Amino acid sequence: MDTLRFITCGSVDDGKSTLIGRLLYETKLIFEDQLEALKADSKKFGTQGERLDFALLVDGLQAEREQKITIDVAYRFFATPRRRFIVADTPGHEQYTRNMATGASTAQAAVLLIDARKGVLTQTKRHSRIVSMFGIRHVALAVNKMDLVQWSRPVFDEIELSYRRFAEDLSFETITAIPLSALDGHNVVEAENGAMPWYRGPSLLQWLETVEPQKREAQQPFSMPVQWVNRPNLDFRGFSGRIGSGSIKSGDSVRVSPSGVSSRVKEIAVWGGAQAEAVAGDSVTLILADEVDASRGDVIAAASHPVEAADQFEADLLWMSEHVMLPGRPYAALIHSKAASVSITHIKYHLDINTGAHLAAKTLSLNEIATVNLSFDRAIPFAPYAENKRLGAFIVIDKLTHETVGAGMIRFALRRAVNVHWQALEVSKTARAEMKHQRARCLWFTGLSGSGKSTIANLLEKRLHADGKHTYILDGDNVRHGLNRDLGFTEEDRVENIRRVGEVAKLLVDAGLIVIVAFISPYRAERQLARDLFDTGEFVEVFVDTPLEECERRDVKGLYAKARRGDLKNFTGIDSDYEAPMAPEIHLKTLGTRPESCVDEIVHLLRSWRQAD
Amino acid sequence: MSDDIFSELESESIEIIREVAATAAKPVMLYSIGKDSSVMLRLAQKAFYPGPIPFPLMHIDTGWKFREMIVFRDRTAREIGFKLITYTNPRGVAEGIGPITHGSAYHTDVMKTEALKQALDLHGFDVAFGGARRDEEKSRAKERIFSFRAPGHRWEPKAQRPELWNLYNTRINSGETIRVFPLSNWTEADVWQYIRQENIPIVPLYFAAERPVVKRFGQWILVDDHRLPLEPGETPEIRKVRFRTLGCYPLTAGIESNATTLDEIVAETLGATTSERQGRIIDHDGAGSMERKKQEGYF
Repeated sequence: MDTLRFITCGSVDDGKSTLIGRLLYETKLIFEDQLEALKADSKKFGTQGERLDFALLVDGLQAEREQKITIDVAYRFFATPRRRFIVADTPGHEQYTRNMATGASTAQAAVLLIDARKGVLTQTKRHSRIVSMFGIRHVALAVNKMDLVQWSRPVFDEIELSYRRFAEDLSFETITAIPLSALDGHNVVEAENGAMPWYRGPSLLQWLETVEPQKREAQQPFSMPVQWVNRPNLDFRGFSGRIGSGSIKSGDSVRVSPSGVSSRVKEIAVWGGAQAEAVAGDSVTLILADEVDASRGDVIAAASHPVEAADQFEADLLWMSEHVMLPGRPYAALIHSKAASVSITHIKYHLDINTGAHLAAKTLSLNEIATVNLSFDRAIPFAPYAENKRLGAFIVIDKLTHETVGAGMIRFALRRAVNVHWQALEVSKTARAEMKHQRARCLWFTGLSGSGKSTIANLLEKRLHADGKHTYILDGDNVRHGLNRDLGFTEEDRVENIRRVGEVAKLLVDAGLIVIVAFISPYRAERQLARDLFDTGEFVEVFVDTPLEECERRDVKGLYAKARRGDLKNFTGIDSDYEAPMAPEIHLKTLGTRPESCVDEIVHLLRSWRQAD
Repeated sequence: MSDDIFSELESESIEIIREVAATAAKPVMLYSIGKDSSVMLRLAQKAFYPGPIPFPLMHIDTGWKFREMIVFRDRTAREIGFKLITYTNPRGVAEGIGPITHGSAYHTDVMKTEALKQALDLHGFDVAFGGARRDEEKSRAKERIFSFRAPGHRWEPKAQRPELWNLYNTRINSGETIRVFPLSNWTEADVWQYIRQENIPIVPLYFAAERPVVKRFGQWILVDDHRLPLEPGETPEIRKVRFRTLGCYPLTAGIESNATTLDEIVAETLGATTSERQGRIIDHDGAGSMERKKQEGYF
């Protein structure tokens, strides 16, 4: 027996809660004591006079019962001998679009309620667009309150026709129009032709029992995001997760994204032993044949169809917060099991959910939907939402309040370059560093010209070398003679200068070296850019803090004098700013301190960190 | 796993349990010894197989649990080998608070709600699993799977986070906590059928047996020990009863039944005409009573 998850949409007066209450009642899901409570509630709050008000069964929170509106998503359960059902009952008002989206996100089918007296309204269209956007492909158009239009066939036909015309632009595969009366129960459970002999189709329940949500995920190649690495002891290492698409057998070849490492499934471990095969939707633990390094947020996929990774996307985004979305602001994001930082780089258009019009927008407000460009801070294994919901859906989270503020669906990747699978390198950074008995790091010296960066850096390298460490120095002047000789001192060139040096330092750290960079690097943003290239703990910012007057007094290279004369433009400290680090890992105050003491301090700190690792 | 009727429910619950293990700083599983807790425990075993359950289980002991429940609890912890924490509100013990002397509402408030909050604070748990299901009660139908609690454990219906797809936002600030309900989408019938399919051990009180009971307010109350004062003229009689839910013993009524096997219990559950919570006295304390209790921090 399978489960159908469906959503009901309609506004307060369409009789949605009444319809669900009726379904629960007719499928015997209402117990006697609940019926007693319903009778009492009907007298107290009911809108149906002496009759049972089924809506009261469904509207759970007390505030709703008193205001007679539905303000949140309620999940209801019922079953027939053919199927289990989970109904997401969601509010219809525009201010509750996010609640509707919540219900739609897990639904496989939708029941759209229409008041026969009113026909297709703006809100019907709004609901339809949301349902379509969230990937629901099968819709029942429940034309309710047929009793109030004298069971009129022309009224029903006109509504069906006008809806089908409207829905041509949406991505529904089937639309089934059903005339009914939720209040009287006509055509809800039994196909009813007493009052409407002209109707030959299914009742609503019959439709729910037979609609076949295409299990497109099941037909696709295998993919499973790693949710949790199961490592109870040194002898066992399994990758736990819920299969997003396709199926897997032991012996199948797989590939991990984004690392690109390949292996074979040695076993599908389940409680009480191993199982031969698992399919989309199953929670499993995979044991791979090789020692593969994969962590939460990586995706294991069929080797023949590895999952792509990218960091920039076009996506549909629903904003769910009272605080407006600002392009450029960093938010937290969760996509399958991958946590990342994301920012919206560009709003392509804001979708007017009532009319379908594309509007220009600079920001997004609560309940607004837009098509946007996004930039993540790392490579995300993904698939387009339309193909694979599990690999294409993401939520956006405010970094300060931790509230869920947005829901997004990936359309496609914008940058193809990063789709190239990384060449899997079997000898890792850690392995290279371990062989040298050291922890690879980048020590980034920043400070004014003449502050003593190069002096201290050179002394430090000598000391580390003497200790048997493998090091390398990247010095500002030297790099500018070679790698960066095409760069000048404009702001643009300075950023590029740092970017290149950062990338070189990263490669050297990857080689397992302790890299010492001595660059003025005056801007915080540039240093942050460099820092972001490295893993946590790898980047050590060393602030060589010497007052400008002292640097100018020393003026080893005569540059300050030149700058003062106006012969040297954009000179840091004279006519260009130096932004001191806010929280450097190491802060060296050089005034009155010998360079050797500064080196002692650095070496001491490096040792203590290494012990803490 | 793929070809039985529970694979979807089971897989969803396991995903939820693993998500907590992967993201929470210090999770705990609330263990009430009842049928739902027994199912949740089995799901946790499955989620982390072949490893052990990587968090402790905690029982809030009101001091008024049926004796068979405590015996079952200790045996289960021993056999499965999970870490069991038990907690009883010391204020309640000092003041001798009980359901008979202080009434069901006050007893529940002090020995369950207050005790739970104390225990969570004492151990610094940031995420707590509970076995509640959405089909139990109207206000539960709107509960999130990851239910966010403000500092002080308050549940604010309006502050709940939208929960889309299977993407659970587990980020919290200090002082905030999350209650997680892996059985949200299970029904009472699902729970029983799963217990039968998996042959999960449950407290014997769920099976019908001849037990000493007294009739109060039309319901059968088990005379579990000497603490139940008998009304004048009241004498315990032996009836064949069983329990659909297990709470504190004077607050949970039994039903007359002949169901002594899981098959019979499943048959009886599927044919039931009253809801399981009918046997819970606290739910009848007035419309919206569950909603109010939840706002105060009850599960």
